Amino acid sequence: MASALINVPKKAKFGDVIEIKTLISHIMETGFRHSTTGVPIPRDIITSFVCTYNNEEIFRAVLYPAIAANPFFIFTTIATESGTIEFTWQGDNGFLATASATITVE
Amino acid sequence: MSKSRKTAATRRQFLAVAGGVASSAFVSVRHASATPASMASAIRQVTGEAVVQPGKVQLDVPPLVENGNTVSLMVSVTSPMTTADYVKSIHIFNEKNPQPNVVAFHLGPRAGRAQVSTRIRLADTQTVVAIARMSDGSLWSAKADVIVTLAACVEDL
Amino acid sequence: MIVNSKRTQWLAPVAVMLGFAAIEVISAHAEIPLGERRSGYADLAPDTKAMQDDDTANPGMLWVQDGEALWNAKSGAANRACADCHNDARTTMTGVAARYPAFNSKLGRPIDLEQRINLCRVERQQASAFAYESKELLSLSAFIGKQSRGEPIAPPTDERLRPFLEAGLEQFNRRQGQLNLSCGQCHDDNWGKRLAGSLIPQAHPNGYPLYRLEWQAVGSLQRRLRNCIVGMRAEPYDYGAPEYVSLEIYLMWRARGLPIETPAVRP
Ligand code: HEC
Ligand code: HEC
Repeated sequence: MASALINVPKKAKFGDVIEIKTLISHIMETGFRHSTTGVPIPRDIITSFVCTYNNEEIFRAVLYPAIAANPFFIFTTIATESGTIEFTWQGDNGFLATASATITVE
Repeated sequence: MSKSRKTAATRRQFLAVAGGVASSAFVSVRHASATPASMASAIRQVTGEAVVQPGKVQLDVPPLVENGNTVSLMVSVTSPMTTADYVKSIHIFNEKNPQPNVVAFHLGPRAGRAQVSTRIRLADTQTVVAIARMSDGSLWSAKADVIVTLAACVEDL
Repeated sequence: MIVNSKRTQWLAPVAVMLGFAAIEVISAHAEIPLGERRSGYADLAPDTKAMQDDDTANPGMLWVQDGEALWNAKSGAANRACADCHNDARTTMTGVAARYPAFNSKLGRPIDLEQRINLCRVERQQASAFAYESKELLSLSAFIGKQSRGEPIAPPTDERLRPFLEAGLEQFNRRQGQLNLSCGQCHDDNWGKRLAGSLIPQAHPNGYPLYRLEWQAVGSLQRRLRNCIVGMRAEPYDYGAPEYVSLEIYLMWRARGLPIETPAVRP
């Protein structure tokens, strides 16, 4: 599985707006390039990224070839309850990667 | 590596360095690229015939980037982000990559703040546009001009 | 035809930068005084600096993470992990990257960190060597390099290295390629100036392996050197060639005292 780096605060106060950062290794081959011999290089990108908080979707991104290699996102959510924040990346050629982090809300 | 391949690769690379006009290695230059017209039609796919007003959206992209392969982008929208009044989605477009769409973010009141960062690719000096759709259906936009410089001493692949 | 016109376009910025007359006159360069030496980091745009400064935003850390997994994985006919012999890299590998290339008595020549890793791969794990620029070798060298972050570059004081250091110095100042340029003409004499939009850095090796935006990936110092050699329109050596190792020795000596930044970010 592709490696991913997730940054979620381990602890937060109820009602705080917390910042979530995600980085995943992926070449994001655009599909618009050609090899040195002129053969088109097929597209191979991540097309969707979803973040859920205790199973409820809180953020979703639809990606196109113009997202840089090793896609990186920073977004926010309100700390509502302790639990699990899960991440799913899906893409071309059946690409699927998941990661999760736990958070304690006081 | 055979001699002939080496020479060919060197020449290609050299063209990439010398090209000046063209982009860095990421987009094949010969390929038809997006135009302001195709960006407009990609925007219409999202907005329909609704009016897009300038304002409420702030788009932060460095005005001069060192390499178009990785350009930091931050977009934020002025909104209370309550269940009654929030940002539903933010869509990013560009003029000159081979495809006008860059990314779409879907969020809601649970975000607490309408602010997202990512990294994008820009094939050339161009304008980037962000459009936000609010929970009341209104559409707001911002744009940013970016100058993309070329890397020297690139690859022999 | 087209090649010719492009060729003059490349020559043009170089000519403007150096002054054609100057190219003919310059022969020996002034080395950069120690006090003026600065990492390529100093020349980065603010958003590129920010990318390097924050481990949760630096894509190079993806390679470091993979390297840590490899460090702990048993492999080869010996079925040993790097960690089985070297324990926790956080303590055992501190400062190691800051003193390579080093002289290897058994081989009777200097080796760089990548070659050192492959020696253990072959001799200790009894596995096949990792290819240059393979994900595995980059990840392991990024992981080991990261353990020296902040440590000053400290080339070994080993008399056996001297001839190789001198060879590296000679290479650095030798005019080569169809543009008849030396490394020093750009990196000693014209650092801080622009070449077709790019700032010319002092060419220090303290961030490698690093995430180069141009590559959209982590790459080794040898890959970086190849890029400059191709830019000079000279023939690059094959990966692993002794010429790279002696250039690396000279670059490390020239950058002595600069802190290691692995995995750095560069345009
Ligand atoms: C069976 C034990 C063993 C294993 C497994 C092993 N090494 Fe080593 N390694 C050594 C020994 C012993 C030395 C020092 C002496 C020598 O070989 O010259 C060494 C030296 C090194 C050095 C140089 C340290 C210095 O201070 O100069 C590095 C770097 C290194 N190993 C990395 C690795 C990596 C990476 C792996 C896994 C791919 C690995 N080693 C696997 C035994 C091992
Ligand atoms: C025509 C000028 C020129 C010549 C000649 C040249 N370089 Fe460079 N070099 C550059 C530029 C420009 C960069 C930065 C590239 C960029 O940002 O795209 C660079 C980058 C580097 C770096 C990376 C520094 C860092 O901070 O990571 C190293 C190392 C380097 N060069 C070594 C060399 C060596 C060794 C030679 C000779 C074999 C050489 N260069 C010849 C222009 C040159």
